[in-house]
Amino acid sequence: MIETRSLKTLTRRQLLSRGVAAGAGLVVGSGFVAGHDGAWATEMDAMKPESFATLVRMARDIYPHDRIGDQYYAAAMKGYDVPEEVDFAQDGIEVLEETSRAAGFDSYLNVGWEADRVAILRGIQETEFFQRVRGGLVTGLYNQKEVWPIFGYQGESYSKGGYMHRGFDDITWI
Amino acid sequence: MVAPFELTDDNVVVIIGTGAGGGVLANELAQKGVSVVALEAGGRYLPDDYVNDEWASFGQLAWTDTRTTSGDWRVAKDFSNLPAWIVKAVGGTTTHWAGASLRFQPHEWKARSSYGEVEGANLLDWPIDADEMAPFYTRAEDKLGVTRTNGIPGLPGNNNFKVFEAGAKKIGYKEVHTGRMAINSQERAGRMACQQTGFCFQGCKWGAKWSAAYTDIPAGEATGYLEVREKAHVARILHDASGKVTGVEYFDEAGELQMQRARVVCVAGNSFESPRLLLNSHSSMFPDGLANSSGMVGRNYMRHLTGSVYGIFEKPVHMYRGTTMAGIVQDEARHDPSRGFVGGYELETLSLGLPFMAAFLDPGAWGREFTTALDSYENMAGMWIVGEDMPQESNRVTLSDAEDRFGLKVANVNYSDHPNDKAMRDHAYRQGAAIYDAVGATRTLPTPPYPSTHNLGTNRMSERPEDGVVNRNGRAHDVPNLYVSDGSQFTTGAAENPTLTIVALAIRQAEHIASEMNQGTL
Ligand SMILES: Cc1cc2nc3c(=O)[nH]c(=O)nc-3n(C[C@H](O)[C@H](O)[C@H](O)COP(=O)(O)OP(=O)(O)OC[C@H]3O[C@@H](n4cnc5c(N)ncnc54)[C@H](O)[C@@H]3O)c2cc1C
Ligand code: SF4
Repeated sequence: MIETRSLKTLTRRQLLSRGVAAGAGLVVGSGFVAGHDGAWATEMDAMKPESFATLVRMARDIYPHDRIGDQYYAAAMKGYDVPEEVDFAQDGIEVLEETSRAAGFDSYLNVGWEADRVAILRGIQETEFFQRVRGGLVTGLYNQKEVWPIFGYQGESYSKGGYMHRGFDDITWI
Repeated sequence: MVAPFELTDDNVVVIIGTGAGGGVLANELAQKGVSVVALEAGGRYLPDDYVNDEWASFGQLAWTDTRTTSGDWRVAKDFSNLPAWIVKAVGGTTTHWAGASLRFQPHEWKARSSYGEVEGANLLDWPIDADEMAPFYTRAEDKLGVTRTNGIPGLPGNNNFKVFEAGAKKIGYKEVHTGRMAINSQERAGRMACQQTGFCFQGCKWGAKWSAAYTDIPAGEATGYLEVREKAHVARILHDASGKVTGVEYFDEAGELQMQRARVVCVAGNSFESPRLLLNSHSSMFPDGLANSSGMVGRNYMRHLTGSVYGIFEKPVHMYRGTTMAGIVQDEARHDPSRGFVGGYELETLSLGLPFMAAFLDPGAWGREFTTALDSYENMAGMWIVGEDMPQESNRVTLSDAEDRFGLKVANVNYSDHPNDKAMRDHAYRQGAAIYDAVGATRTLPTPPYPSTHNLGTNRMSERPEDGVVNRNGRAHDVPNLYVSDGSQFTTGAAENPTLTIVALAIRQAEHIASEMNQGTL
């Protein structure tokens, strides 16, 4: 999970004064990316905060779930914020930005509609960068136990005695 | 009591692999007082070790050593190094399996005669038939404790089954029930009843589901005639100048090459590893691989045509609660060419947890078409299609250029659908969707085949030596003391899940081997 360090205590106003709102739900500051409401934040180790915010936006556009907060996408992308991966990611993001500019936008984060961002992503979907980000999300996003309840998946059940007495056949509408 | 046998003991039967075929054969022979050394590439995991977590369990149990793929099946694109989802552990894939235990229908033993010539298919009749197999099926059902046999009641239906059953009955299906399952519906054989935990694919932590890992294998070990050596990866089978096998070479846990002598060798490594081992055992006497004078080793690979249908409803289903395979529709299992294909298929409920659903629903897909389906995970019901696929010579396991960590060439798996497979799958997708539509599905998802769980046919049984690899007893046509004891001996796949038949064949083969040994002819 994303560590929510001291930034956690910042109010929304303080956050905005220390950073720049980037796209829908993100605030980019010097050395960190945070949620608009200050509920989560992650400090950057190797990556430029703007790049990380772009990556998080891209992750959401690949697997958009409106009920899942940015912190889960950020957690899935955090693995690129290490010295061994950062060049690969920033090169890929550069291609994404070029493609965005070619489509008439000044940056990916400033493309307002998802449909336009998806069209941009379709343009790069055969690249290794896109495929690795997408492939990594399959486990990086959906294998976070914290998101399972949002989908109504209950996970481990043995320690609770299975579903024998907990609704394995409780359907009533059929 | 565990029997320790010497590496130089040339009176032992060596069994390679301890799954449905090898694990049962090992116990059956040990019960008859035959000395057995079973070599198993994987480690030993028991109910306490299993985890209710899909990826963690996959990491614990699955065979993840490299394999390569080719052909036009989608698995080759989406899971190019994971053609099969099977297990590397004591007990083999019986730790993962769901427990559906069905007999072949009589006509399926005679596929070539029943279906006639099918262009592009390499159909053949089995050299054995339903009557001959009936008593062995009865014993297998008793061993596995199959529900709806031997007076054992069926399992209760879970939510996923209730949706499936209601839809199936609405569209006129009659043979709909909670299946014949190797899962205890009541306490039996010292194992408790199913607690509807819902992680059958991850190893049953209650031991309610039959698995060789905690039934046949310890029972065999208790006789003193069975020694199971785990983390022992067999590299090649050795033979003498007369063409009889004399033992096997294997890498032990420390990576040291060992040689175990043998009176008889039985290969039961599942349908990729068994032919791979025979091919890797080539010699100047058998340049194309052991037991391969017919050229059939590795050919006619079958995997059941498979596919899934998920339905999304207005209200919750919670399909993941309770037994993973909780019920069946058998009406389409018949052979009825008026549907546009030969052979038939079964529909069985299935559920995946969220992590596996994300990985397997539509591999490679992204965007809202995909994510809105997952958003409705809670309201989903699911079923799996198991149908007879056509044996084709070009669907085959060969040696790849890639090597494993021991320097052994790995298996390449080539598979392409036959037109009959496609026609059957399309029919099944339509019927599956109709079942869910009949009870108000707002969306249905025809889901492509997963990496193979049923792997069959690559050392097939044949009457004539030129048509296959082994005879009616699973004995190699070319080598008198070499046997194949797993699903790779299947001549054709039938519509039914294969394990009950693998087990019945293993029980039968044990009788044959023990009697030949007693008569001094083996
Ligand atoms: C998720 C899942 C669900 C399933 N559900 C059902 C079901 O409901 N009904 C049904 O009938 N079937 C089901 N199956 C299929 C069933 O599990 C297999 O058909 C059956 O286990 C195959 O038996 P086998 O003996 O051929 O091979 P396995 O059981 O796979 O055993 C082979 C063993 O050989 C070992 N081995 C391989 N190579 C070597 C070597 N060189 N040296 C030493 N050891 C080696 C392997 O590690 C493995 O342990 C399911 C399978 C899966 C994966
Ligand atoms: S649902 Fe039943 S058989 Fe399956 S794992 Fe749970 S207890 Fe075992």
